[in-house]
Amino acid sequence: MSEEISLYHGNGGEGTKELINEILNNLDNDILNKLTDSAVLDLKDKLAFTTDSYVISPQFFNGGDIGKLSVYGTVNDLVVCGAKPLFLSLSFVIEEGFLFSDFKKILISIKEASIECEVKIVTGDTKVVEKGKGDKIFINTSGIGIIENENRNLIDRKIKEGDLVIINGGIGEHGITVMLERLGIKIDENIKSDLAPLDKLVLPLLDKFKGIKFLRDPTRGGIATILNEIATKFNFEIEIWEDEIPIKNWVKDASNILGIDPLYIANEGKVLIVVDKNEANDVLELIKQNELGLESKIIGEIKKEGRRVFLKTEIGTRRIVDTLKRDILPRIC
Amino acid sequence: MIKEKVEELSNIIKKISKKELNLMEFCGTHTHEIFKYGIRQLLPKNIQLLSGPGCPVCVTSQRDIDYLITLVYEENFGVITFGDLVNVPGSNSSLNKLRLKGKEIKVVYSPLESVKIAKENKNKNYILVGIGFETTAPNIAYTILKAEEEKLKNLFFLSLHKLTPPAMKAILDMGEIKIDGIIGPGHVSTIIGRKGWLDVFNNYRIPIVITGFKPVEILYGLYKLIELLEKNEIDVFNAYESSVLEDGNKKALEMMYQVFEIDDAEWRGLGILKNSGLKIKENFKNLDIKNYYNFNVETKEIPNCKCGEVLRGIIKPINCPLFGKICTPTNPIGPCMVSSEGACSAYYIYGGKNE
Repeated sequence: MSEEISLYHGNGGEGTKELINEILNNLDNDILNKLTDSAVLDLKDKLAFTTDSYVISPQFFNGGDIGKLSVYGTVNDLVVCGAKPLFLSLSFVIEEGFLFSDFKKILISIKEASIECEVKIVTGDTKVVEKGKGDKIFINTSGIGIIENENRNLIDRKIKEGDLVIINGGIGEHGITVMLERLGIKIDENIKSDLAPLDKLVLPLLDKFKGIKFLRDPTRGGIATILNEIATKFNFEIEIWEDEIPIKNWVKDASNILGIDPLYIANEGKVLIVVDKNEANDVLELIKQNELGLESKIIGEIKKEGRRVFLKTEIGTRRIVDTLKRDILPRIC
Repeated sequence: MIKEKVEELSNIIKKISKKELNLMEFCGTHTHEIFKYGIRQLLPKNIQLLSGPGCPVCVTSQRDIDYLITLVYEENFGVITFGDLVNVPGSNSSLNKLRLKGKEIKVVYSPLESVKIAKENKNKNYILVGIGFETTAPNIAYTILKAEEEKLKNLFFLSLHKLTPPAMKAILDMGEIKIDGIIGPGHVSTIIGRKGWLDVFNNYRIPIVITGFKPVEILYGLYKLIELLEKNEIDVFNAYESSVLEDGNKKALEMMYQVFEIDDAEWRGLGILKNSGLKIKENFKNLDIKNYYNFNVETKEIPNCKCGEVLRGIIKPINCPLFGKICTPTNPIGPCMVSSEGACSAYYIYGGKNE
């Protein structure tokens, strides 16, 4: 077994076989094992189809790794559209020199994550690029899910004034963890990414509550970005309440020290839910029974027509929460 | 609880505040937090807050950026630096634009990373750009000592460090605007201490209140400053006692002056100010990039950019002809829009553009 992945593993010959065997050893299932050029799937319901590429550095971080991320991330994109995830594709672009042992760790993560989410990896690809032409490893996954019943079909639902916004827990945990690790700041085990699959949290909610109008996982750009998207898409003002937004102390402290605003920091296990005010408390009660929703809160409200997002600050003032205008960089003093 | 505290302070301020006052917050972090928390909404109309030059990225001269860009272009140095500096436009380019062209420009959080980078890439020459006020200079000093200890041959330093009291003096000397009191920078004061402000105070007889950064701390600082002014009293008052000592951080100061000495420095908007910067001492000249490349660069001023006036507190960002039109955080023309600590950026992002 090679120690490092090299161009040899991308030549289509024996080396490539070595890589693919490693993948099959971990991710085998009836469809993938056929090794056909395309996976042939038998599906009848309304489909949801999504794709995402994962390019995170470091590849291993407190609370997860790029493998788990590449499964959960795509699963979550399906789930927030009301789809039950069924099949994933899985493509690797690996930079020469990446350790085979790290590749194996990532495969094991993908295996565990896909079992947890009950999805099958049905097709995939590997490419190896020259040293310097990538950042260790990139993963793309596409996902197919089915919308099993009309309760889960969110497509034509409209939000209205008075609807409430719920989040299932603390903001900014993924982004801050990765940023601290990237900056080389030592962190303890309590500081970790919130990376998690949302299928078991979200789908039962949709079955039960027709008052759910909109769902989105606030990943890159944080809740500020998603709320702005909602405001623009539906043409309503949104007000959120700083006092009510769940945030762990370490996220708050690190954000203060780095001079960044946690409203813009990525989450990987959170969902924003816009729900009719009459159902909001029941939704909240049900999410709180899920491990991923223990710290759920109603954090804001849909206001009159408009396109902007406002924050009622913890000191009682009010300000605009704009879309992200620049890269998030730590401040200098 | 915070809300009650804030309300209480806001009410006291409204009760005692009678005079029309211009108060300058020197520090960019104050500017940012004041906007982020909407502190202005809690103050009576007769209190004007002016943003000062306390944003390191904003006051970095265009000449220094152009100098760096020349070294990257012509000598192929890698640049290691912090935060928003990479986005500051020079005359023709910015460090970030060079990065897009394949030049090695690295943003780090800890300057010590530079030692690691240089050790791991022995075939490349690097410049660590030291930027910031008294708060960051000791860290760079420590890094220079480390680089010396490790006998690194491929890591050089450019000191763009600046000192805050001279800039404060310069603004007061220019007399372009009436400043009644100063909200003293909390972070800088942790290093230079309350003592660090006595010289400005003795020369200008103006109240200075060293202030922290949480909403309650900012309001408390404002309250103390307004109270002094209403009573016609002057003082250097430490309203940030939890972090600022009378003498500051002696150890940090010692290290800073072991490596650096005071020199003139060029500030954007303020020009060359006497004794307002830190240069690397003779003992460490083998690490000082200026020792090898000491050339002058021609700079082109940015037409119509009013960052200079903004930094001196003469105009508000909204009075700049470029603000919000062609100069936005996504496409910044001047440095005050580049940095998150810059007044223009704070105005734009937190809604001051609608004032």
